[in-house]
Amino acid sequence: MKFETDVHVARGLGSAKSGVHHWIIQRVTAIALIPLSLWFTCAFIVLVTAPYEYAREWLSTPWAVTFSILFIFLIFYHGYLGMRVIWEDYVPQTSTKWALLIGTKILSTLMAVLGIVSILKVFIS
Amino acid sequence: MRDSLKARRPLSPHLQVYKIQITSLLSILHRGTGMVLYGGAVFCTLWFLALAEGSETYGAMQGFLLHPVGLIMLMGLSFSFFYHLCNGMRHLLWDVGIGYDLPDVRKSGWLVVIFSFLLTGFAWILGIMLGEILS
Repeated sequence: MKFETDVHVARGLGSAKSGVHHWIIQRVTAIALIPLSLWFTCAFIVLVTAPYEYAREWLSTPWAVTFSILFIFLIFYHGYLGMRVIWEDYVPQTSTKWALLIGTKILSTLMAVLGIVSILKVFIS
Repeated sequence: MRDSLKARRPLSPHLQVYKIQITSLLSILHRGTGMVLYGGAVFCTLWFLALAEGSETYGAMQGFLLHPVGLIMLMGLSFSFFYHLCNGMRHLLWDVGIGYDLPDVRKSGWLVVIFSFLLTGFAWILGIMLGEILS
């Protein structure tokens, strides 16, 4: 049995051992989003003033559907990681912080799945 | 005892008493535009949802986007996107160890600002020109 407490535990400075994964995934999603977000922006610039049928037709090819699903998945993954850091850094109240962290996780999951299901619905119908 | 030691841990810089420099301003803007873009991400999902719902819902969505309120929103969103994109690439270069000297950091910062405005302007000119052809 150990009678001494580790210094890093006593000072509350220990690492959670999960920061590296967060850091790497944030960058991986960022790199993937460079071409994907540019692709979506270009498509959106054309579609925003175009008729409805035009947009339906755009989302009827397997490539457009694949890129759209990846785009939606990655913006919410990258966005969730970013928002999480902001809440962790600037919200001092623990209960508010937890509420925001869990709320962001729920909202991100919900919106990502809703977006992907909508894309698939357009593709299938 | 654990709490009192914890209280002495360093804090993030207090924004109210921090002298604004190009470096700090761009850093704050990166987080600010990131938050704006989270809202933009939710809007992307709603746009796909409107497309899936049918021509009526999509028409309403398009009507909102092309309404002055929607256009102002898109303007903020597009600038946030291009800024976050350019400054994000600056961050990725730092991650591999490029451009760390202070003069380089300031130079790349100004480049990011210039390119964000240029790309936003270019996107809008393209959008307006295409809008006139398609409508």
